[in-house]
Amino acid sequence: MKKGFLFISCEEAMHICDKAQYDEASWWEKIELNIRLSWCHFTKAYAKKNNQLSIFIKQHKIECLKQNERKQLQKTFEQQLKQQQ
Amino acid sequence: MKHKLNPNNWIQLYSDYLFNYTISRVNDREIAKDLVQETFLAALGAMKNFKGEANERTWLTAILKRKVIDYYRKINSNKGKAEVRINSSEEESEGAWLENKVADPFDKTAEDQMENEELGLAIHNCLSKLNTKQAEVFKMKTILNIETDVICNELNITASNFWVMIHRARTALAECLEKHWY
Repeated sequence: MKKGFLFISCEEAMHICDKAQYDEASWWEKIELNIRLSWCHFTKAYAKKNNQLSIFIKQHKIECLKQNERKQLQKTFEQQLKQQQ
Repeated sequence: MKHKLNPNNWIQLYSDYLFNYTISRVNDREIAKDLVQETFLAALGAMKNFKGEANERTWLTAILKRKVIDYYRKINSNKGKAEVRINSSEEESEGAWLENKVADPFDKTAEDQMENEELGLAIHNCLSKLNTKQAEVFKMKTILNIETDVICNELNITASNFWVMIHRARTALAECLEKHWY
C-alpha cells in the first residue's frame, strides 16, 4: 500500500467530516473518513459531536436573519437611534 | 442588581434570537422581520419605562410578545373574530408592563415551545460568543443553507478559508452547547 493511499491525517478527517455535514464530501473522501473512523477514537469523538450539532440544528429548525436583512435592520435602527439622541 | 440598556448592541446581540422566536410563531419570514424591526423601534421609544428589573433580552422579548399578539389580534379582527385575549390594558405605557413577563397565548404546547426557545437561546448565545465572521459563515451555511461558492464570493474568502471558519465555528459551538445544553 502506497503511503497516503487510504490514509488520511486527523485534520483531513475532521475537514471531510465537516464537509460531510453539508453533503459536500465526495464518495472517495467518505471512504477515507470511514477507514479513519474505524480506528481513530479522536476522529470518532469529533464526528459524533459534529453529527449531533447538525441534528440539533436541523431538528429544532433554528432560523436567523440574512446578512443583508441584518444590515438593513441595523441601518433603520441607527437612523431612529440618531433621531432619538 | 439593576440591569441597564445598551441599544447600540441590540441588533448584534438579539436580532437573530428575536427573529428565531418570531418566525416560530408567525411562520412568515417577511412578517417576522417586520415584527422584529417594530420591536427594536418600540423598545427605543420605551427605554424611559425600563425599570432595570429584567435583563435586556427578557425585556425585548416581552415587547416582541406584545407585537406578536397585536399582529394576531389584527388578523383576527380583520376576519371579524377578535378572540385574542391579552392581560394588559391599552392605557399602560409600552415597556412598563413588559417586565411582568406576560404569558404568550400563542404558545403551541408550553413544554415544546419552552424547549425550543431554550435551545434557540442556547444556540444564539453560543453563536454570539463566536468571532463575528465565523458566526456569519456558520449561519449562512448551516442555517440559511447558502451554497459554499456563493458564501465565498459574498464574503470574499477562499474555499479553504471558508472550511477553516466552519470547522472553528462547529468546534466552538459543540463545546459551548455541551456546557449549556446537552
